[in-house]
Amino acid sequence: MNSDPSAGKPPPSELSRRTVLATAGAVGVATALGAGCAPQSPFQSAMEIPMDNEALEGAVSVRIRVNGKDVNLKVDPRTTLLDCLRESLQLTGTKKGCDHGQCGACTVHVNGRRINSCLTFAASVDGDEITTIEGLGTPEQLHPMQAAFLQCDGYQCGYCTSGQIMSAVALLKEPVGPSDADVKEMMSGNICRCGAYLNIIKAIQQVRKA
Amino acid sequence: MQTLLFTRAKDIDDAVKSGAASPTAQQGANVRYLAGGTTLIDLMKLHVETPNKVIDINRLPLDRVEETADGLKIGATVRNSDLANHPIVKRDYAVLSQALLSGASAQLRNMATTAGNLLQRTRCVYFRDPAYPCNKREPGSGCPAIEGHNRTLAILGTSAHCIATNPSDMNVALAALEAVIHIQGPKGKRAIPIGDFHLLPGDTPHRETVLEPGDLITHVMLPKLSPGNRSIYLKLRDRQSYEFALASAAVIVTVDRGKISRARIAMGGIGTKPWRSPDAEAVLVGQTPTRESFVKAADVLLKGAKPQSENGFKVELARRCLVHALTLATQHA
Repeated sequence: MNSDPSAGKPPPSELSRRTVLATAGAVGVATALGAGCAPQSPFQSAMEIPMDNEALEGAVSVRIRVNGKDVNLKVDPRTTLLDCLRESLQLTGTKKGCDHGQCGACTVHVNGRRINSCLTFAASVDGDEITTIEGLGTPEQLHPMQAAFLQCDGYQCGYCTSGQIMSAVALLKEPVGPSDADVKEMMSGNICRCGAYLNIIKAIQQVRKA
Repeated sequence: MQTLLFTRAKDIDDAVKSGAASPTAQQGANVRYLAGGTTLIDLMKLHVETPNKVIDINRLPLDRVEETADGLKIGATVRNSDLANHPIVKRDYAVLSQALLSGASAQLRNMATTAGNLLQRTRCVYFRDPAYPCNKREPGSGCPAIEGHNRTLAILGTSAHCIATNPSDMNVALAALEAVIHIQGPKGKRAIPIGDFHLLPGDTPHRETVLEPGDLITHVMLPKLSPGNRSIYLKLRDRQSYEFALASAAVIVTVDRGKISRARIAMGGIGTKPWRSPDAEAVLVGQTPTRESFVKAADVLLKGAKPQSENGFKVELARRCLVHALTLATQHA
């Protein structure tokens, strides 16, 4: 917690957990570099992501469109799309769970199809269109699936939620039977250890029937 | 840190030429083709696969499903979900559609490809963990599975050196469908029937297929099926969804005037390779589709079964799996 309210920062009640973490991280980086240049959000202006990777042996140029914005970056070829989104583009809504394609927390859309971003090299989606949870809706204008998850209480701790919602949104366009069992089968790649499954199914069916 | 070179194949010839630089196309290959990545990237993270060069083949024109005079031509990079939902596959090769949809998750099926699924690696826990010896991963190091955790492993086709199961559902359906794998390599093109594509472990479990350096699977051909057949894929597993088979059966049966005139049977989850049984098929031909004849066929298929310390239940499970699949495939005939 911020013990000095006179430091000119918003009072703690206005700080989200993410803001606190991001601010702390930026300060950490600035201190470590001895400079006052906190990294900008990549979605404020230009999408050229300056990386230290220029000198990295074997770095690969990648041009992707993320949530409607073009991004050019250079990545180590082993960089997964998941790490690229979270670490290079600071799009931390996509979560890392198992990192082996078993839990679905990292689910994003590539050209409108859901995939596990942890088992996808960023280098191999060159030219593709990526949608993450950040590109789905805004707090003011939620995607109907986001609204349904809120309304149906389709989560508890929230860690799997972005993956669940990305899967659920993709499912709307897939060949899926009408029953709850059909939805369960097609959502089995998203694990929720809190066990919010019943409400997740409820939310998805609510949107499908709307 | 070991560096990794990433290239995008310009065309098939380019891919073959780059791939040929690897001393092997089997375990230990230092050049790998990358398609869906669901096996390769997973195993690279586990340090089971350690290529120093990866060739991305996702942009090659190998992503089509085409009906030809000989049957169905399935491109190497056709995604499992697209193949499963293809109208011709659903109509004429239901067993393949069902097998694909029973595997993995919706996300993984959107990524995984035809060729990648053919080359899917075993889920044996010792293979996947370099802290342990494994003859498949490190030839000659030993097989802890034989004395260890082997509940999910094979009862058919095993050797003293390896009892790892082929984990694929698609491969089982392709075995029953008598698919032919088309390969382009440094010496040209060749076609391998799926029965000859995967190798038994014997004393070289690190060799899983007939692929040589530079070999690129370009497509899979499914021969046309005779009209009137019924096919089904039945998968038994610990969970109802998103789990590998303990036992599975792909059956294609034609019943003509009350007698079985043609049968194709392959099983998964129990063999070191997709387990087709021409002997079991022969038992069925000419018989009436009764439980008695199905049990006889299952007994023939499982005759050489060699259970390990934890997977003896698979013999009975596989027997019931096949009998039930045959029952379902013939009940309205």
